[in-house]
Amino acid sequence: MNKEDIRVLILRAPGTNCDLEAVRSFRELGPQVDLIHTQKMFKDKNLEDYDVLLFPGGFSYGDYVRSGAIWAKECEYRIGKELSEFVDEGKPLIGICNGFQQLVEMGFLPGWKGKSLYPEAALGNSTHGYQNRWIRMRYEGKGNCDMMGGLEEGFILQCPVAHGEGRFILPPDQREELLQRLYDLDMMVWRYVREDGSYAENDWPENPNGAYHDVAGICNPEGNVLGLMPHPERAFYGYLMPEWTKQSTPPEHGDGYPFFKSIVDYVEKNF
Amino acid sequence: MKFKAFVYVTLKSGYSDPEGDTTADALKGLGYSVNKVRASKAYEVYFEGKDKEQAKALIEEMCRRLLTNPTKDDYRFELSEQ
Repeated sequence: MNKEDIRVLILRAPGTNCDLEAVRSFRELGPQVDLIHTQKMFKDKNLEDYDVLLFPGGFSYGDYVRSGAIWAKECEYRIGKELSEFVDEGKPLIGICNGFQQLVEMGFLPGWKGKSLYPEAALGNSTHGYQNRWIRMRYEGKGNCDMMGGLEEGFILQCPVAHGEGRFILPPDQREELLQRLYDLDMMVWRYVREDGSYAENDWPENPNGAYHDVAGICNPEGNVLGLMPHPERAFYGYLMPEWTKQSTPPEHGDGYPFFKSIVDYVEKNF
Repeated sequence: MKFKAFVYVTLKSGYSDPEGDTTADALKGLGYSVNKVRASKAYEVYFEGKDKEQAKALIEEMCRRLLTNPTKDDYRFELSEQ
């Protein structure tokens, strides 16, 4: 598939944000990108027209009940069948920040045995309240998350987080067992690290929210559903990076560029 | 039959509760001798069911599917006929 033929869908809902940043990031790389309101998608139900689907960040429906919960359940009963078909076809489904919360609430992540009826993990209250800061995260994947295949293991991506509920939580009675399963199935994709690249080990602010095992992002066992709390779309251009003014001119691209390029390259080669 | 369920949602023990901690600090600041606060949510759900047994099953399902995330939340409810 040519890059220009790739169709990316970014859904928005009341309270979402960074959707335009995600649109611009994908567009710059070549694909056609549609930004569509979730209510229009509920009516048209034409997910099959798209090759990539991204749920953006924000505070959908005011974070009522829990972050992402209302939009997740609404998607479940309005386009649940279409979403499951999209995922079953192996197409990339990405959730950033509120989108990650939504994928967890919908049961696509972790999705140990496919989509679950009830959430199997949680993104809980941050131990330090609302966090809006630059973080570093390390790419931990070893190949399962195909859409991140353009990144080398150990790649460190610096970008912002902005959330009040992003602390990755596994059920307490199975925590260690499920963590091991994340590694065994190569579902651990991003972890928070310090400036020197060492794991944050739950130290704030490097781990901004107290996430268990410094988890910033995971994928499903099949590797085509990816969720992460940080915002790579806010670090797509060099002039968005926090310290470019120390250089004479900003670099053309920031740390978020390889993230999106990897997704586009993957779809170009495999679909 | 019409039913009302008063649902309480609390964080499972062991999870840190920044909202509760911050509220405790504020109460202490106001001069109260507060040791601990745990924040919780409550919902009044008005719904219909065939009988009390089915109503109980329905509200359980609502709790697990939307009102709580079973990974981190506990819940209990009081069910009454309307």
